[in-house]
Amino acid sequence: MIRSALAGLAVGLLLVGCSGGDAAKTEAPAGAQISGAGATFPAPLYAKWAEDQKAAGGLVLNYQAIGSGGGIKQIKAKTVAFGASDKPLKPEELDAEGLAQFPTVIGGVVPVVNLPGLANGSIKLTGPLLADIYLGKITKWNDPALTALNSGVALPNLPITVVHRSDGSGTSFLFTSYLTAVAPQWAAVGASDAVKWPTGLGGKGNDGVAAYVKQTPGAIGYVEYAYAKQNTMGAVSLQNASGAYVAPTAESFAAAAAGADWSKAPGFYLLLLNQPGEGAWPITGATFILMHRSQADAKTGKAVLGFFDAAYAKGDAAANDLAYVPLPAELKSRVRASWSAIVGPDGKPVFTPAAP
Amino acid sequence: MTDASLSVEGSQPRAARGAALDKVFEALCFSAATFLLVSLGGLVISLAIGGWPAFEAFGFGFLFSAEWDPVQEVYGAAGALVGTLVTAVLALAFALPLALGVAIFLVELCPGPLRRPIGTAVELLAGIPSIVYGMWGLFVFAPWFAKHVQMPIMMSAKPGTFWETITTGVPNGAGVLTASLILAIMILPFIAATLRELLMTIPPAVRESAYGLGSTRFEVVRKVSLPYVRAGAVGAVMLGLGRALGETMAVTFIIGNAHGFPTSIFASGSTIASTIANEFAEATGVLHTASLIALGFVLFVITFAVLALARVMMGRQAQT
Repeated sequence: MIRSALAGLAVGLLLVGCSGGDAAKTEAPAGAQISGAGATFPAPLYAKWAEDQKAAGGLVLNYQAIGSGGGIKQIKAKTVAFGASDKPLKPEELDAEGLAQFPTVIGGVVPVVNLPGLANGSIKLTGPLLADIYLGKITKWNDPALTALNSGVALPNLPITVVHRSDGSGTSFLFTSYLTAVAPQWAAVGASDAVKWPTGLGGKGNDGVAAYVKQTPGAIGYVEYAYAKQNTMGAVSLQNASGAYVAPTAESFAAAAAGADWSKAPGFYLLLLNQPGEGAWPITGATFILMHRSQADAKTGKAVLGFFDAAYAKGDAAANDLAYVPLPAELKSRVRASWSAIVGPDGKPVFTPAAP
Repeated sequence: MTDASLSVEGSQPRAARGAALDKVFEALCFSAATFLLVSLGGLVISLAIGGWPAFEAFGFGFLFSAEWDPVQEVYGAAGALVGTLVTAVLALAFALPLALGVAIFLVELCPGPLRRPIGTAVELLAGIPSIVYGMWGLFVFAPWFAKHVQMPIMMSAKPGTFWETITTGVPNGAGVLTASLILAIMILPFIAATLRELLMTIPPAVRESAYGLGSTRFEVVRKVSLPYVRAGAVGAVMLGLGRALGETMAVTFIIGNAHGFPTSIFASGSTIASTIANEFAEATGVLHTASLIALGFVLFVITFAVLALARVMMGRQAQT
């Protein structure tokens, strides 16, 4: 009996495998076909951009959302035309691997809370307080440090349940990088896509974190902005570099991107953390594309850059719809200029963007 | 098949062709078996090679340290190892009595027409994908469990007692005990189905003689049926344990995923499989990747030991 159950399972797997293969076959490439792999965070947007361009008779994009780490590994191994990562590679690492890097779209991380009876966005937090909460130093919502900051808000006598991501993720990288930047006491933990969390429990993915936060009164977690917006979770106002308390909105992310000085960032290595500007959201970051500077096949390189050129030109509305923040125009032209460094076997740039 | 039979029948062309085909058949079967063994061996070797940097860097300490810090690049398997063993053993403790009940009911008590539907339902449970159990566990079971089981237990615990120590935790239903319960549901059909097969191997004469001597149903089950299948039943249990040890997705969703030793039955923990599932996709450091592969190697060794033990037990049953 157990054997027949197993056999049934195996047949089921085979069927799944086959149907996957069929789907790939029926979608025969109309134009050029390019393959990419990496970050899950921009995957819905890349899929939307690809759909729009395919409908317009453009190329077919095959994007595998396997995670930033996987994207970096695959582009280094040259198994894909481009890799995608939420975590930018340092300029030295780019040089060592002969890679070019550029941002595509901006997103950010939003702390979310479950405090019964309190309105969305009524809680104010600072970076160091957030760090103390995640270090397990502040354990109650009516801690004097929190009540002092939130005068006029009736903070409940609830224990704080810390929720973090259990899977390695660009979201955690951005969040821990922010805590490292603003709170000296966080240095003991450090910044990475997975860290040794001093306290709390880990949910798998944004939905795992969101589920734990929603199910636990007094919980605090962090999710991508797009996720928080689509699921209307209780966000907090966070103090930024200028001292103002800002709410996470598309405008505050755009303000962070606009305030950044990209000219001094070789390889576009820049985290938009704690950027200057009155309205800038402090935990903002771009997501990146990685390509080899010398393309073995000029056509593939041209197709990839052509794809992102068209996405920059026509994809902002789609990005806004999906709660991503498009790059500022000035940054887009800076990225387009950087593409001259991506050359084919003949040493010439594979793609020359039309003058905007 | 042997040389003698070949030489005798070799004069007839049809038999000769048959013999040649037989050789091909044997070679095909042999290569299939070899292929399996070689891929198994290759798997072990590649796990060992992939995990070698971790074993080299941490030595035996890798097995005994619960430190898991990707920023400082310090890794130890003990937390995940303990989490794996605790959840698997707890799951077995919950699943075994239920599975025994199901199997005994189906074989000894169940009215004929119901036997097939119930048997099929049990097997259907085995076919549900792990991720479905995980989602159900996270969104349905955990909140219910927190409200109706965890909270009452936590609130009734007397302060300062041992009972309070092992029942502290976040009251949202995520933790070691919830993971064990979900695991129990997942391994239940495997154990129940195997036990049922075993009970059906008992010759009717044996059971009927016991009834003939005036035994009650309980006495027959306890004194005749169960002792008859004892060794095989241990094997069945081991198979369930093997599955519980390696279960990944469902556990990842509801165990809370905290590294280190679980401090209570409601505390968050992690298992070897859940740690690998969580971190492998984003692990870029050499030592991080190697440590995850080394975890895989450790899990392989444990599972292999459990399954080997199961084989030995089942083999003993077949001989009796």
